[in-house]
Amino acid sequence: MIRYAAERLALGVLVVVGVVVLTFLIARVIPGDPAVTYAGPRASKAQLEQTRRQLGLNQPVIEQLGNYLKGIASGDWGTSYHTKRPVLSDLRTALPASIELVTAGLFLALLVGLPLGLVSARFKGRLPDVLIRIASVIGVSMPVFWAALILQLVFAQRLGWLPAAGEYDPNLYYTSPLTSYVQMPTVDALITGNLPVLKSSISHLILPAVVVALYPAGLLARMVRASVLDTLGESHIRMTRSLGFGDRAIYTRWALRPAINPVVQVTALVFAYSLANTFLVEAVFDWPGLGSYAANSLQALDTPAIVGVTLIVAIVYVVLNLLVDIAQAAIDPRIRLR
Amino acid sequence: MTAVAAAASEVRRRGFVRRNPTLVLGVVLLGLIVLVALLAPWLAPDPADAGTATHPFQVLAHPSSAHPFGTDLVGRDLLTRVMYGARISLGIVIEVLAIAGLIGIPLGLIAGYFGGHVDQVVMRITDVFLAFPALLLSLAIAFVLTPSVQNMTIAIAVTWWPWYTRLVRGEAASIATRPYIESCRTLGVSSPRILLRHVLPNSITPVLVQMSMDAGGILLTAASISFLGLGAQDPTPEWGLIVSQGAQYFSTQWWFVTFAGLAILFTAIAFNLIGDGVRELLDPKRVISR
Amino acid sequence: MLEVRDLAVWFGDRQVVAVDALDLDRGQVLGIVGETGSGKSMTAYAIAGLAPGMGARVEGSVKLEGRELVGLSDRQLCDVRGRLIAMIFQAPISSLNPVFRVGDMFHRALRLHGATKVEARERAAAAMRSVALSPDLLHRYPHQLSGGQAQRVAIAMAVALRAEVLIADEPTSALDVTVQAEILEVLQKLRLEESLAAIFISHDLAVVSGICDTVAIMHDGEVVERGPVGQTLRHPEHPYTRELLAAVPRLSAPGGADA
Repeated sequence: MIRYAAERLALGVLVVVGVVVLTFLIARVIPGDPAVTYAGPRASKAQLEQTRRQLGLNQPVIEQLGNYLKGIASGDWGTSYHTKRPVLSDLRTALPASIELVTAGLFLALLVGLPLGLVSARFKGRLPDVLIRIASVIGVSMPVFWAALILQLVFAQRLGWLPAAGEYDPNLYYTSPLTSYVQMPTVDALITGNLPVLKSSISHLILPAVVVALYPAGLLARMVRASVLDTLGESHIRMTRSLGFGDRAIYTRWALRPAINPVVQVTALVFAYSLANTFLVEAVFDWPGLGSYAANSLQALDTPAIVGVTLIVAIVYVVLNLLVDIAQAAIDPRIRLR
Repeated sequence: MTAVAAAASEVRRRGFVRRNPTLVLGVVLLGLIVLVALLAPWLAPDPADAGTATHPFQVLAHPSSAHPFGTDLVGRDLLTRVMYGARISLGIVIEVLAIAGLIGIPLGLIAGYFGGHVDQVVMRITDVFLAFPALLLSLAIAFVLTPSVQNMTIAIAVTWWPWYTRLVRGEAASIATRPYIESCRTLGVSSPRILLRHVLPNSITPVLVQMSMDAGGILLTAASISFLGLGAQDPTPEWGLIVSQGAQYFSTQWWFVTFAGLAILFTAIAFNLIGDGVRELLDPKRVISR
Repeated sequence: MLEVRDLAVWFGDRQVVAVDALDLDRGQVLGIVGETGSGKSMTAYAIAGLAPGMGARVEGSVKLEGRELVGLSDRQLCDVRGRLIAMIFQAPISSLNPVFRVGDMFHRALRLHGATKVEARERAAAAMRSVALSPDLLHRYPHQLSGGQAQRVAIAMAVALRAEVLIADEPTSALDVTVQAEILEVLQKLRLEESLAAIFISHDLAVVSGICDTVAIMHDGEVVERGPVGQTLRHPEHPYTRELLAAVPRLSAPGGADA
């Protein structure tokens, strides 16, 4: 088991390095002069020259790449041209916000999608199944940004039930300041027992999380249904029944556990897709995550920032794939022996 | 009997509609959309509005009999723009699938059939590409190339081909070890011929299924990129772009965003239903049970 | 002890089983022989209470110790299955849930029918020993067992549950001949020591003649001949039975069936 994990890890590192190199090269190809962004539009020629030297832009590309890779390994991910802060610290605030949103969305999706998939399988062909399948197709086909806009309009503006934007009520900065440990308002508020912020951040989280959850919930419902139906056709279920187990036990344990495996396989993909959707949702709900940071960086031709975002997404994805592989091996013992 | 041939014979049998409701529904829905796209220049009330025409006196008008979907921020008829948008969206999907297929399938065949170093290199490359969610990579590439529908299409295609390479490579690799391929080789049949006449037809099925399932995703990706401003640019009436244009007016002029979004939703649903239907139809289990 | 009368099993409007009568007494082994598609397995499923779960409709009468089993609700059937009637199947490893340890299913099945955790553990261990298996095997996953071991585990489950009837659906068809012999030995032992009543379904006449007391020949869903195994196989009356016997290759005398 350990060796399996180590193998996958080594592979992951290789992939990440490849990604960084690729992105760095692409970023260098972008037309436009980053020195202008860094120094400002009113900088004189001399200042621009100085900036270029300072940023190392006049060195050959290979050297720049080499320096960059060295920096990464030692924790220096460069300084963002547009925020003037170390990229790593920018990411340290942006990433958790996105993670918070994606996790909330996926959690919601699991909560809704899994049971719906089971019900759908149990009542195959009948009304609940038909309704759930229709809802799933809609969930999977929904344009995320559109859904975000509509939910925002209906629930935030027209009905006023939920807030329209941001992570939590800015007024609380003064009345109930939050000490940050993990840069995720919900988690931090939970840890420090800061109730007003907790309430506010949860209510701000609901709408965006629901939008993020639409696709995975639909997908999960469909996959669980298919997987459970497949498993039900296998001979061990017949044996299980012959021992006296009824529908409830079969659907909640004996058919469920083997059926989960193909679903887990898709998890990494779903997470990646949801992360991408999260960026769209961040745009609509003004959520200060990686998406917003990436958008601003692209605007400003901010190479270190762009590469930084790319790198962190690649790392997240690789780690996720690793976790999924391990989880699969844990659930299905047959995989460990391969 | 390959899965495709089995499916073809299934189509000829009666009762096809009853046994494959999802596929039929999807095809019907898509058919309507294709029809609208093809006939747009004749069906649309104001074809000029799909382009650069502006009507300052009709800006942001409510849906009415003259403008069933209302008008946009420069007075263009939204029904027209949505109809023309169908042409653009369908075109993008077809182009992306074509380009990704043309790059990905041959690469996969070669990698799978010849194995060895070629295989390793191709696999590492696809790994790097697949380390990214399609949307993010397409965004990056679309940014590098100046935003436009054409460049966006290229960007999406570039992020999509690795999937097909992976799929085809797997199939090709397993076919390459089959005895009948061995006998072809000993008979002196040239490699390109083997690839074309034997390996390709037998590896193609999963790719076709995957493509039909991908169509919806490509549509949504394209719309998302345009929404973020890195894809279609005004005056191109791309659906995602229209939604982004209407976003700031949403609370008062609801129609601007709604209809374009619904168009995306229905087209995506049509594609997904077809994808589901094709998968059920070509499911190997089904073929065996015959 | 077990009486089957006018059993009919339908899939939609297709009738797959039309058995007029079958009887089984304690300590007896009834063999059901037939080709694939003769309805023998479906008959077994109907008796075991599995048919409704497969989407089949069951009519007629199946009485176990006088208690009618046809027409019971699913919940009532759950009580019957396992505790009164147990089944073992053809491909033993596939019959065990691959993602659970063997003991998991075993213990839970026992607890389902009323045992406490401790009782379940003890009874499972005892049952394993009675089929000549070490209780340690319960910690393994199904794919870590051999076919013979897996089948014996299935038999052990029936023993532990103290089922009154064991229905074995082609239990040895997927196993090697030597392993086959082991399984038959175990069944024979249980028959003698525990007075196990069993229904043994097979297409293999040799195996059936070895272990069964009575035999019923099935063809197209019906029982075409029945009787004590020795007599029926040596003096078959029904033409179909004769065909079956004629189809068995002989190692000794060349030419002609042993009529």
